[in-house]
Amino acid sequence: MTLLAVRGLCKTFGGVVAARDVSFEVALGELLALIGPNGAGKTTTFNMVGGQLAPDAGAVVLHSQEITDLAPREKFRRGIGRTFQIAQTFLSMTVAENVQMALISCAGETRAMASDARRLHREEALEILAPVGMAHAADRPCSTLAYGDVKRVELAIALASRPKLLLMDEPTAGMAPRERAALMELAASIARERRIGVLFTEHDMSAVFAHADRILVLVRGEIVAAGSPDEVRANPRVKEVYLGETGVAAAERARRAPP
Amino acid sequence: MSGAFSRRAVLAGVAATGLGASVRAAQAQASAPIKVGELNSYTRLAAFCIPYRNAMQLALDEINGKGGVLGRKLEFIIRDDGGTTGDATRVAEELVTRENVSMLVGTFLSNVGLAVADYANQRKMLFLASEPLSDAITMAQGNRYTFRVRPSTYMQTKMLVDAVKGKPVDRWAIVCPNYEYGQSAAANFKRLIKEANPKAEFVAEQYPALGRVDAGATVNALAQARPHGIFNALFGPDLPPFVREGNTRGLFEGKTVASLLTGEPEYLLPLGEETPEGWIVTGYPWEQITDAKHKAFVDAYRAKFNDTPRLGSLLGYVVVNMTKDLIEKAGGTDTEKMIATFEDMRFDTAIGPVTMRGIDHQSTHGAWVGETTLKGRAGAMRNWRYVDGASVMFPEAEVKAARKA
Amino acid sequence: MDLSFLVVQFLSGLASASSLFIISSGLTIVFGVTRIVNFAHGSLYMLGAYFAATLIPRLLDLSYGAPSFWAGVILSALAVGVLGVVMEVLLLRRIYRAPELFQLLATFGVVLVVQDVVLQAFGPQDILGPRAPGLRAPVEIMGRRFPSYELVLIAAGPVVLGLLWLLLHKTRFGVLVRAATQDREMVGALGVNQALLFTGTLFLGAFLAGLGGALQIPKAPATARMDLDIIAETFVVTVIGGMGSIPGAFLASLLIGQLQAFGILIFPKITLVLVFLLMALVLVVRPYGLLGRPEAPAGAHAAAFGTPLRPWSSTEKGIALVVLAALLALPLLGDVYLIKVATEILIFGLFAFSLHFLIGTGGLVSFGHAAYFGLGAYGAALALKHFGVPMELALPLAPIAAALGATLFGFFIVRLSGIYLAMLTLAAAQILYAVAFQWVEVTGGDNGLVGVWPAPWASTRLVYYYFTLAFAAAAVLGLRHVIYAPFGYTLRAARDSELRADAVGIDVRRHRWLAFILAGAVAGLAGGLYVFLKGSIDPSALSIPVSVDALTMLLLGGLQTVMGPLVGAAVLHSLKDQIMPLTELWRMMLGLSIIAMVLLFPKGLVGAFEAARERFAGGGR
Repeated sequence: MTLLAVRGLCKTFGGVVAARDVSFEVALGELLALIGPNGAGKTTTFNMVGGQLAPDAGAVVLHSQEITDLAPREKFRRGIGRTFQIAQTFLSMTVAENVQMALISCAGETRAMASDARRLHREEALEILAPVGMAHAADRPCSTLAYGDVKRVELAIALASRPKLLLMDEPTAGMAPRERAALMELAASIARERRIGVLFTEHDMSAVFAHADRILVLVRGEIVAAGSPDEVRANPRVKEVYLGETGVAAAERARRAPP
Repeated sequence: MSGAFSRRAVLAGVAATGLGASVRAAQAQASAPIKVGELNSYTRLAAFCIPYRNAMQLALDEINGKGGVLGRKLEFIIRDDGGTTGDATRVAEELVTRENVSMLVGTFLSNVGLAVADYANQRKMLFLASEPLSDAITMAQGNRYTFRVRPSTYMQTKMLVDAVKGKPVDRWAIVCPNYEYGQSAAANFKRLIKEANPKAEFVAEQYPALGRVDAGATVNALAQARPHGIFNALFGPDLPPFVREGNTRGLFEGKTVASLLTGEPEYLLPLGEETPEGWIVTGYPWEQITDAKHKAFVDAYRAKFNDTPRLGSLLGYVVVNMTKDLIEKAGGTDTEKMIATFEDMRFDTAIGPVTMRGIDHQSTHGAWVGETTLKGRAGAMRNWRYVDGASVMFPEAEVKAARKA
Repeated sequence: MDLSFLVVQFLSGLASASSLFIISSGLTIVFGVTRIVNFAHGSLYMLGAYFAATLIPRLLDLSYGAPSFWAGVILSALAVGVLGVVMEVLLLRRIYRAPELFQLLATFGVVLVVQDVVLQAFGPQDILGPRAPGLRAPVEIMGRRFPSYELVLIAAGPVVLGLLWLLLHKTRFGVLVRAATQDREMVGALGVNQALLFTGTLFLGAFLAGLGGALQIPKAPATARMDLDIIAETFVVTVIGGMGSIPGAFLASLLIGQLQAFGILIFPKITLVLVFLLMALVLVVRPYGLLGRPEAPAGAHAAAFGTPLRPWSSTEKGIALVVLAALLALPLLGDVYLIKVATEILIFGLFAFSLHFLIGTGGLVSFGHAAYFGLGAYGAALALKHFGVPMELALPLAPIAAALGATLFGFFIVRLSGIYLAMLTLAAAQILYAVAFQWVEVTGGDNGLVGVWPAPWASTRLVYYYFTLAFAAAAVLGLRHVIYAPFGYTLRAARDSELRADAVGIDVRRHRWLAFILAGAVAGLAGGLYVFLKGSIDPSALSIPVSVDALTMLLLGGLQTVMGPLVGAAVLHSLKDQIMPLTELWRMMLGLSIIAMVLLFPKGLVGAFEAARERFAGGGR
C-alpha cells in the first residue's frame, strides 16, 4: 500500500538545478534509500518532502492527501518524523526531556503554563527510549552524550509521535563504523516491526545495500536509476557515474552480509 | 545590641510615616553645619554645570570665611543627578534621608527639575530650582515647595519680543529644537508677537531633533519661505552648524534674527569667529558689566579658577548667596518658616536687587538683551541692557489660573 | 515649491548621505568580518571629530592652506584607526566566539569609558573646528547659494565607495575580507592569519569612523554627545542596507539622507520617528536588509545555555526562603533611603527577570526591552493623569499597555533572528522613545508626567516597599514556574534547535510571540511599579541606557542561572548607588566593570559561584 507519493518535484537555486522532476513512492514498512554523489540533490529532495523547503513544482502526497506546501510542524502532525544530517536535539535538556518535549507537542500542551513539564509523559518517554537503548541514560544532559548516542536520542524523538513515515538524512554520518551498522540495524528493525515507511539517504553503501528495500540513484537532481539493491548494483550507468570500483565492492560485501 | 536594633527600627518607622523632619531637627546640634543638598548634571552637562559648581564653591568660601550662617557653617552636599529623572529622585532621596539636608537646590534639565520639584512637594521639602527654564516649574506644575531663580522660557522670549516689536517684520520663520523648551519657546513667541503685531504671520516652522539638526536642509527650508524675521531657540551643539550653514547660504542677510540664549558665554564661546553680526539675543555680557559688586564677583572667580565666568557661574553664585540670606532671615531651617520667608523676599545679589515673587515662586532675576557682534575672533554682545525679570513675568491672572490645580 | 529649492534640498540630502555612508561603511565592514556589532563605532567617530577639531587649527597656524586641512583630516582618521587596533587587540580578540549579547555589552562598555576619557582629555565645552580653506565661499546653484564644502562631501561618499571597491577587489587583504564576510569558517580553513586579518579590519573600520568624524568638523562642533547620536543612525543604515553589505550601506545612506532632507518639509516634528519607521518597514519586507543575506544560525548561542533545568535543591529552597525573609525584615534593619533603594532593586530585578525570560529561555536577544518597561510606566501614568484613574486601577493597566505594545511589535520581531532581531527590538524602543519625546500634548514630551504618586494608603516608603515586594515576588515566582512548565520547555526547545522544534510540530514563531508578550507584560508591571515609586516618568525610561542596564544585570547574574538576574540587579544598582556620589568618573567605572565581567566572568557572578562550588566539592563531571 502506498504511503508516500512524490510527483515531479523541481527546485532550482539561482539557476542551479537541485532537483528535476523527481518522482517516487514509499510503501508502508518499506525502506527506500536515496543515494548519489555530493550535490546530487538528496538533501534538497529530503527537505522538500519534510517541508523545510518549498518546491518550485511538483507534489508530495501522504496517504492520498496532498501535503506539498505544509510546514514541517504540520507534516509532523500528519505522521512524518525526521532526523537530520547533523543531529538536531535539545541540548539543554536531558535525554528523557527531549522525548517528553516531542510528546508534549503531540498532546498539544506546548502553551500550558501551570503544569511541570518534567513530570509530563515521562513513563511514555522511557518506553520510547528503551528500544533505542537510551533508557538507562534518561536523566543525563543531552549535551554530555557521545555523538552516536545523540543520534539515537534523535531517532527516539522522531519516533515519539508514532509516525507513519520516517525521514532520515544520513542517519550514520559522523559516527564510528561499528556504531553505524548498529544504528542502521536498529532503525530498520523498528521500521519493519511497526510497519513505518522510511526514506533515507546514506553515504555508507554497505548500510544502504544491507537494509534498503529499494534504492533511488540521484545525479545532478535527476533520478538515473531505481529498483531493488540487486538491480541497482547491476546497473552499468550507476557504476559509471556513482558507485565506481570501491562502491561496487562495498555493495558486494553488503550482499554477503547476513540481513 | 537589641536596644540599638529597636531604636533604629523605631526611627525608620517614624521617618517612613513622614515625621522625619522634626526628628532631624531635634537631632541637629547647634554647632553642626547647615547642610543643603545640591544635585545637577555634572557629567552629562559638564560644560554648564562645572562653572556653576565652581562659583558655588567661591560663594561658600566667602560665606564661611565670614563666619557662616547663624553662626554655623554652610555646607552644600553636591551630587550628580545623572541627567535622568530616575537617578535624580533617588539622589534627592539620599540627600534628604541620609544626609539630612535642610533643603534641595539645583538641576539643569527641565524634566529633572520638574521631577525633583514634584518629589519636593511630595516630601514637603524646600526646593530651589537654579537653572531649568521650563515655564511649567512655576506655572502648571508649580507647587508651594518649589522656587526658581533663572528667568523662564516665557520671560526670556518676552524680552526678545519687546526688543524686536518696533521692527517692521511681518513674516516670521521659527526654528526651535523639538522638545519642551523649544516648543514652548515657539508657542510663547507666536503668542507674544501676535499681541504686539496682529499682522504677523509665521511662514515656516522647523523643529529639528535636539542635538541632531540637519543644518543644510533646515536652512534651505527656512530660506524657501522668504521670511523677514527669524526666531531661533537652537542652542548647544545645534547652534554652530545652523549659524554656519545660514551664514554660507545667506539666510540671515537683511533679516531680523531674534535668538534665545545665544548671548550666553556658554554658547558664544564655541561659536567663536562664526558669531553672527546683529542678532538680537538674550545673554550675559559679563565682561562689560561695571557694577562694583558684580565686578568683585568676576575678579574673584577669575582669580580662583583661572577661567572666565559663564552664566552658570553667576547663577551658582547667586543661588548660594540667596540660600544663605534666606536661612539667615528665616532664623533656621524649618521648611514652613523658610517658605513663608522666601515668598516676596528681596535679595541684594551680585547683579542688584532680586525679589522672589510670592504668587508663582519665580525670582525677578533678569537677563541682558542686546546684539551679537564679533570682537576679534570671539563673539560678544553690544548695545545691551539689563532687563529686570519683574517687567516680563507672567501676568498675575494667568499665574492664578495656571497654579490653581 | 520651485525647482531650484528642491534641487538644493536634494543636494543637502546627498551631503548628509555621504557622511552617513562613510561612517556606516566602517561599521558594516567590521560586522562582516568579525560578526561583532560595534557599539563603540560612534565613539570612534566622536574621537575623529575631537582629534580633527583640535589638530587642524594647529596645523592651520603652521601654514594656512588646504593641504594642512586635509592632512589634519587624514591624520585624525589614522589616529582613530590606531585606536581601533588597540581595541581589537585588547578586547574584541577575546570575545569573537562569545554570544552576540556579550559582544554588544562589551562594546557598550567601551562607549562609557570613551565618554569619560573625552570629557577629561578635551574638556566639557563643545569644540567648533575651522572651515576648510578654499571652501569657505558658497557656490551658486540655480540662483541659490550652496556651501562648496558640501559639494566636496557629496563627492566624498562615492569616492570612498570606489576606493573600498578597489581595496576589496584588487588586494589580497580585500579578498580575505570578502571571503570572511561570506563564510567565516572558510578563512580559518584557508590557513589565513585570522588575528592579522581581524586587526586590519578593525583598523579600516575605525579609520572610516574617524574620517567621518573629521569630515564633519567644518559643519558641526565636536561634542560629548555625538557618539550615541550617530550610532543609532549608523545602526539603521547598516541594518537597512543589509549587515556586511557596503553597497547596501550606500543605498541606505542615500535613502535616509533624502528622507531627512524632505521629511522635515512634510513632517517637521517627527523626524526622529521617520528613520526608525523606515527601518522597521524594510525589516518587515526584507528581513535581512536591502542587499543583505540571511545569517547562518549562530553556534555560540546554544553553547551558552548548555545545562538542563534542575528543580531547587533543599539548600536552594532554604536560600530562597532566607532571602525572602531578609527582604521582609529589611525595613526593620535599614533607614528610609535603604528601603527606597531596595524597592528600586526589586523593580529592576523584576524588569531584568522578564528580559532574562526572553533571552535565557526564549533565546530572543532583545536590545530594546526598555520599550515595555516604559510603556507600562506611561500607561499607568497616562491613565492616572489624563483619566483620573486611581492607582489601584492604573497599576494593572501597566502590564496591559506593555502587553499590547509587545503584541504589536512582537508580531514583526519574531519573524527575525539573531542580530537583526536585536536591531528591530532596538528600533521599536527608539520609535516609542521618539513618540514619547515628541508627542508633547499627550506625553508631556521630555518633561514627562509628574505627580504620579501612589494612593494615600500606599504612599509611605514602607508600605510601598511591601507592595512592590508582593508584586515582584509573585511575578518572579510565577514566571519561574512558567520556565519549568511546558511553555517554558517549548521556548527552550525552539531556542536549542529551531529545526528540531519545527520537526516535532512546534509553531516556533507563535510561541516566541507569546513569550514576547508575556515578557513585555512583566516588564510593564515593573514600569508601573517604578512610576509610582518615582512619582514621575519621562522618555529616558524608554532609552537605550535603560535597556543596557537590564542586559548588564543579566550579564552580572549570569545567563544560565534562573535567579541570576535578581542578583545582577542588586549588584548593579548598589554599585551605581555607591559609585555615583564617590566619583565623577562613574560612567568609566561602570564601563570597565562591564568589560571586566565579559572577559572574566562570562557566566556571571552566580555562574562563577556555582562553578567554584563544583570545583570545591571536588566532584566535577
